[in-house]
Amino acid sequence: MITIRLFEKAGSFAENKDLARDIRKNEIIPALEENQDVVLDFESVEATTQSFVHALISDLIRTYGHEILDRISFKSCNETTQKIITIVSEYMQESD
Amino acid sequence: MRAIDLGHPEVLEITTNPEWISVHPVVLSLVAARGLESKEIKCDTLTAKSAHYLERMGLFEFLGIESGISIKEHESAGRFIPINQIRNSDELSQFIKEMIPLLHLQPKQVEPIRYVVSELVRNVIEHAGSPTGAIVSAQYYQKSNRIGIGIADTGVGIKKTINQSHAAASHLQAIGLALTPGITGTTRREGGTEFNAGAGLFFIKTIAKVNRDFFMLYSGNALYKLLKSESVRLYADPFRDRHSQADDLPSWAGTVVGIDISLRETREFSRLLDLIRDIYLKTVEERRKAKYRKPKFI
Repeated sequence: MITIRLFEKAGSFAENKDLARDIRKNEIIPALEENQDVVLDFESVEATTQSFVHALISDLIRTYGHEILDRISFKSCNETTQKIITIVSEYMQESD
Repeated sequence: MRAIDLGHPEVLEITTNPEWISVHPVVLSLVAARGLESKEIKCDTLTAKSAHYLERMGLFEFLGIESGISIKEHESAGRFIPINQIRNSDELSQFIKEMIPLLHLQPKQVEPIRYVVSELVRNVIEHAGSPTGAIVSAQYYQKSNRIGIGIADTGVGIKKTINQSHAAASHLQAIGLALTPGITGTTRREGGTEFNAGAGLFFIKTIAKVNRDFFMLYSGNALYKLLKSESVRLYADPFRDRHSQADDLPSWAGTVVGIDISLRETREFSRLLDLIRDIYLKTVEERRKAKYRKPKFI
């Protein structure tokens, strides 16, 4: 299992989706390909945007299927961050 | 917007009422964006007492012209964000860090404002192809306790962006599609691409609607403006919201967005996300079901 601390990369307002894409491509996907589970740690992240979360996880759900959410955990998310992650997770599971 | 003459892009001529000046940041951003593309800039001698507002917001400095207006130190300590040009992702991240202290907000009030600025400016950086980037300004209005934000670009406009994957016949139709959840110019696929979901403008319009705030979107010859309504019922189709629209305006080559965020009445951002979640999922589900093949009963 690997833990990715988003505050260290994206700061307290995680909104830079270029960074989100880089984290997904360079850290999350390689870990999943090595059969490791992933913890996305939002400790000290005060807020995020739908765009950031979409760039971070949407393609994982599309590529690996809904089951990938069993292998990814979201740690220390505040209420609004939880809700944004939930929205993105849900609309991606409803999508093509 | 109807009064703006956009027929001579090479010249920017700024005229004002001799007695008073009162403009929303969206107008300042629009004028500044236009000025960056003009070869010649002319400005009236400003006689209105409130003319210092334009100086304080940095319009003349931004355009590189002299106003002859001097600002006393205490006047510049207001709650406003002068006109800024943002050309890339790193500049946006830096701008967001710097803008919040300028507005002297409580942590709860910060959340929707930086959300709105981030999503709108990222739209410009990614989709607009704007040679001038995004021009942003904001102002706090003490009387109504709200923040007015204006963002303008001189890019390809919403219609061209949306029509990469859809078939909007008019600028107004393209604005309608851009405000619909799950519609993006980057793909017709439900759920969007790995980078775009088509959710950003819907989230922002919803923030404005739920808080009964001002929101307008102007691109090409079309303008969509949300009108105040007692109902906070959300619709996927923006034309079902109480709104005004026009499609015979001077044609703006790019996109202009104006939004006000009330600080007094701002509903909890978290609660707002519940509302967005409900309507978003319902819309995606309905659109998916609309694609189902119907059984043929013979």
